Amino acid sequence: MDAVAASGIVKKFGDLTVLHGLDLAIPRGELFALLGPNGSGKTTFFRILTTLIAPDAGSAVVGGQDAVGDPAAVRAKIGVVFQSPSLDKKLTVRENLAYGGALYGMHGSPLAARIAELSGALRLEDKMDRLVETLSGGQQRRVEIAKCLLARPEILLLDEPSTGLDPAARMDLWSLVASLRATHGMTVIFTSHLMDESARADRVGIMSDGRLVRVDTPAALLAEAGPEILRVATVDAMRVSEFLKSQCGLAPHALEGEVRASASGAHAVCVRLTAALPDAVGSTTVSKPTLEDVFLFQTGKRLNE
Amino acid sequence: MNDTYYWRPAAALWHRDIVRFLRQRNRIFSALVTPLVFWVLLGAGFSPSFRPEGGGKVSYLTYFFPGTLVLIMLFTAIFSTISVIEDRREGFLQGVLVAPVAPGAIVLGKFLGGTTLAVGQAALFCVLAPFAGVTFPLHLLPALAAAFVLVGFSMTGLGFLVAWPMDSTQGFHAIMNVVLMPLWMISGALFPLPVGNSVIGWLGALNPVTYGVAAIRQSLGDQPTADMPALGLSLAVTAGFCAATFAASCLLVARRRKVA
Repeated sequence: MDAVAASGIVKKFGDLTVLHGLDLAIPRGELFALLGPNGSGKTTFFRILTTLIAPDAGSAVVGGQDAVGDPAAVRAKIGVVFQSPSLDKKLTVRENLAYGGALYGMHGSPLAARIAELSGALRLEDKMDRLVETLSGGQQRRVEIAKCLLARPEILLLDEPSTGLDPAARMDLWSLVASLRATHGMTVIFTSHLMDESARADRVGIMSDGRLVRVDTPAALLAEAGPEILRVATVDAMRVSEFLKSQCGLAPHALEGEVRASASGAHAVCVRLTAALPDAVGSTTVSKPTLEDVFLFQTGKRLNE
Repeated sequence: MNDTYYWRPAAALWHRDIVRFLRQRNRIFSALVTPLVFWVLLGAGFSPSFRPEGGGKVSYLTYFFPGTLVLIMLFTAIFSTISVIEDRREGFLQGVLVAPVAPGAIVLGKFLGGTTLAVGQAALFCVLAPFAGVTFPLHLLPALAAAFVLVGFSMTGLGFLVAWPMDSTQGFHAIMNVVLMPLWMISGALFPLPVGNSVIGWLGALNPVTYGVAAIRQSLGDQPTADMPALGLSLAVTAGFCAATFAASCLLVARRRKVA
């Protein structure tokens, strides 16, 4: 059985359709990334999976339970890490965890034991009696994650988990996710607008304008983008684009101050281009494709504008 | 209503409200001081000219004492329910809404928190009773306790119904000034409601807060007069008001989860 099975999900806010019939299945144990820019609908989809809102049409089955018909059953199976932490900053770490556990019906010595266990795993032992507002962003995120893991969820959902974290805290977070998956086979689903973060996932769903444009492994998506990516920094994107199209047989994307194209033998193209349009070309770069290139080629838009 | 997802979460949310309140000493202070200032200043100003209908010589400080208690409870309940808006803005509420908690448990936790704080603050104010010439007839103490709890619960209910749909505390203050304060003013708290046919009289009779004020007033030993409902009726209407605000709040919370 899949951890998530969504089909035909439609969500409208007034006249605005935010999700246009999304279909997605995520098998158990997978690390899945929903990649898309702000406004792509990924957060709305996230809120449907976490039962915070109901779709206008379609069905969402999360952890084998119907997120629309029986949201309480889904809530018992998921742990959710929000972008802005759902902690009470006026309370201590221990109090936050105790109340968090109580919301899942936990109490007494099993709860105390679980809190002790997680505070060790998340290196929070010496912070337990500090007010949350005195902790750093990375530490708060660890408390938040500890709170979400208290009731041993089958599925962990994280909304933009790296936001507000410094690089060390990010590495921490992902090594924790890796160990949770290794030890508990936990399914982990996260949203992101960062391509390097999404590249960690087993599979990536690319979202744009309320649609899942592509779902595949990062390797397969990158392979589709071609072996090499040519980036040309230019003051005249139209001319460069036209040249690459007509003279080199490429399918370039003209962006603000930049033209990008998938090309094999990109270095040879660079030489021809620079010779033909010396005044228009600022610099050329040849690199391996990233998920950002995949996003651009799939949607014609940049990931982070 | 199973234990796991109803009573424990409700108890946790209740307990949290009290811990938070005790950590924010300025809240204790502000909910008490404003009514105290009202009581002292209005009492001093009105006492010389205050002549309630039906004769009797009651000082305004004495008359206004039950009304001040209700105002303290209203303010405390408002400060307590305003945290719903903060919880929504700061993200805490999201964490509650994705937990397998029954909507009623969220409401119950909040109501019990607000009630406890309101009753506690009102009880604290009772130490000033001797200065107002107010006594506590022993045989009426159970009625007073019931009246405190019911008024605290219903005031929290009013605050919750206003706070839950709001995204900003400014909006709450507007509603407080336009709706909640007038409800208190025409409840017999500030002045005796006119007897007979009059707009204020009718508004007072329709106002659920009137019954709360009357219940507390009579539990402090005042004889029922024509301008207020009898103790039993007052307690019954206030209890009904509690049930109504609780039911409406549960519906609101259950609905909010479905739509936005």
